[in-house]
Amino acid sequence: MAYSDKVVEHYENPRNVGAFDASDPEIGTGLVGAPACGDVMRLQIRVDDEGVIQDARFKTFGCGSAIASSSLATEWLKGKSLDEAATIHNSMIAEELSLPPVKIHCSVLAEDAIKSAIEDYKQKRAARQALSEPPVEVRAEERPAG
Amino acid sequence: MTLKLPIYLDNHATTPLDPRVLDAMLPYFTQDFGNAASRTHAFGWRAEAAVEDARESIARLMNAESGKEIVFTSGATESDNLAIKGVAEYYGDKGKHVVTTVIEHKAVLDSCKRLEKEGFEVTYVGVGKNGVVDPNDIEKALTDKTILVSVMLANNEVGTVQPIAEIGKRTRARGVLFHVDAVQGIGKTPFDVRAMNVDLASISAHKIYGPKGVGALYVRRGKPRVRLGAQMDGGGHERGNRSGTLNVPGIVGFAKACEILEREGAEESKRIRALRDRLYTRITKALPDVIVNGDLEQRLPGNLNISFACVEGEGLMMAIKDVAVSSGSACTSASLEPSYVLRAMGLEEADAHSSIRFGIGRFNTEEEIDYVADLVIAKVRKLREMSPLWEMQQQGIDLKSIQWAAH
Ligand SMILES: Cc1ncc(COP(=O)(O)O)c(C=O)c1O
Repeated sequence: MAYSDKVVEHYENPRNVGAFDASDPEIGTGLVGAPACGDVMRLQIRVDDEGVIQDARFKTFGCGSAIASSSLATEWLKGKSLDEAATIHNSMIAEELSLPPVKIHCSVLAEDAIKSAIEDYKQKRAARQALSEPPVEVRAEERPAG
Repeated sequence: MTLKLPIYLDNHATTPLDPRVLDAMLPYFTQDFGNAASRTHAFGWRAEAAVEDARESIARLMNAESGKEIVFTSGATESDNLAIKGVAEYYGDKGKHVVTTVIEHKAVLDSCKRLEKEGFEVTYVGVGKNGVVDPNDIEKALTDKTILVSVMLANNEVGTVQPIAEIGKRTRARGVLFHVDAVQGIGKTPFDVRAMNVDLASISAHKIYGPKGVGALYVRRGKPRVRLGAQMDGGGHERGNRSGTLNVPGIVGFAKACEILEREGAEESKRIRALRDRLYTRITKALPDVIVNGDLEQRLPGNLNISFACVEGEGLMMAIKDVAVSSGSACTSASLEPSYVLRAMGLEEADAHSSIRFGIGRFNTEEEIDYVADLVIAKVRKLREMSPLWEMQQQGIDLKSIQWAAH
């Protein structure tokens, strides 16, 4: 199968390959797919107190289109709010990379990874807030930066 | 010497035409273009003489008794169809049971599927983890109703060589016809239709440095004489077994390819095996977690099918795009299912997705092998750095303990 130039470009120069410490409270991690299906994506976001994605990383086991889809997703995520990030749809990734029909599932997986990372971050934050709920309200803005 | 890219290492899919084969074929396109069935003039006689000589060369490569036992076809797909459906049609009254294996080529499997639709019963015998069928399992599958057993000489994906002689002993003793798809193995591993009690054998020119679109079916004439129901009706060519004007240049090329293999095959196999072992040794010395799929000894000399743990096959093929190989990865098949051969061998699906088939052939050089080995090593390292599975495995996480969401 011939790959589009954009898939090749991302595949040869993947952006944001790597890992964040998943236990870090600022990090949301999404791990989707299955080895038995031939693709697994791990996508991570670093979110600041304003709910803006400052940075993103990925590692992917999969074909060139899966790697390109996750690389593109990390690029798009940076600078977006969580709400904006949640609007990224697989069709946008598929269109940007000109994925053929048999590769659409790669873009679906990338969307799943984004949603899963956001969900993970939100859950961690909710759990943290529940734990550290102070007796007197301290609004987010008043918390020391860090 | 400078290396020429891309490098062709997919010699199970097809092979380049040997220039000596081309030279032999050329006169039959223009000067000696006659129809081998034309009995009334020299054009026809010359074509017929060339075809009859060709039959003998092809018969000799498999030690058939005579060229009369060779039926020309359009390729091994047709040979497989003719053997299986032709036997079923002719002998169906004696019984409606056929035995084959789960690792056969689709030309065999789908012909069997067709028979099932027509009321036949087919037993698909499994293989061991090493990709080799146990002859006793074939024997156990035989019933009073069995009319045909079909087993390949060598598998096209993992290159495993099947125990044809052992199976032939058993089928002959039971009076069951034995068809062998010898496409991948002929000239590369011993194959002797008489010594191995083979009754029908399919071969194809383009897998042995001959032209595409020409194949043959060996049909035993003496004890037992095998009969077929023709699948192509028409002018009654090939003793009524396969109508259609013969592809004379193709047949001449096919014969030349067989003659070269008969003369040079043994030496060539040694050289190719040395290249295969060199590739294997280089890769496994440099990379951990590399699994060989299929028996390393009972194997075609040019085949290396390996899985690189935590690296997806199609992803790797893209990284080595100047090297033509193939993969058992789902992504390369229209069905999105990983190779049925690898799964039949009990391979984990993830490892099936990680498999690469290298097929080394006549025209590959040591220089090419070294280039490919270095490239594969570098790219597997890079892709493992990008693989979440590799990271987890290095951290000691058992990948099977994770609840993966299937999609
Ligand atoms: C084992 C086997 N049988 C049959 C065939 C079909 O041969 P052909 O391409 O001549 O139809 C092939 C080739 O793909 C093969 O590898």
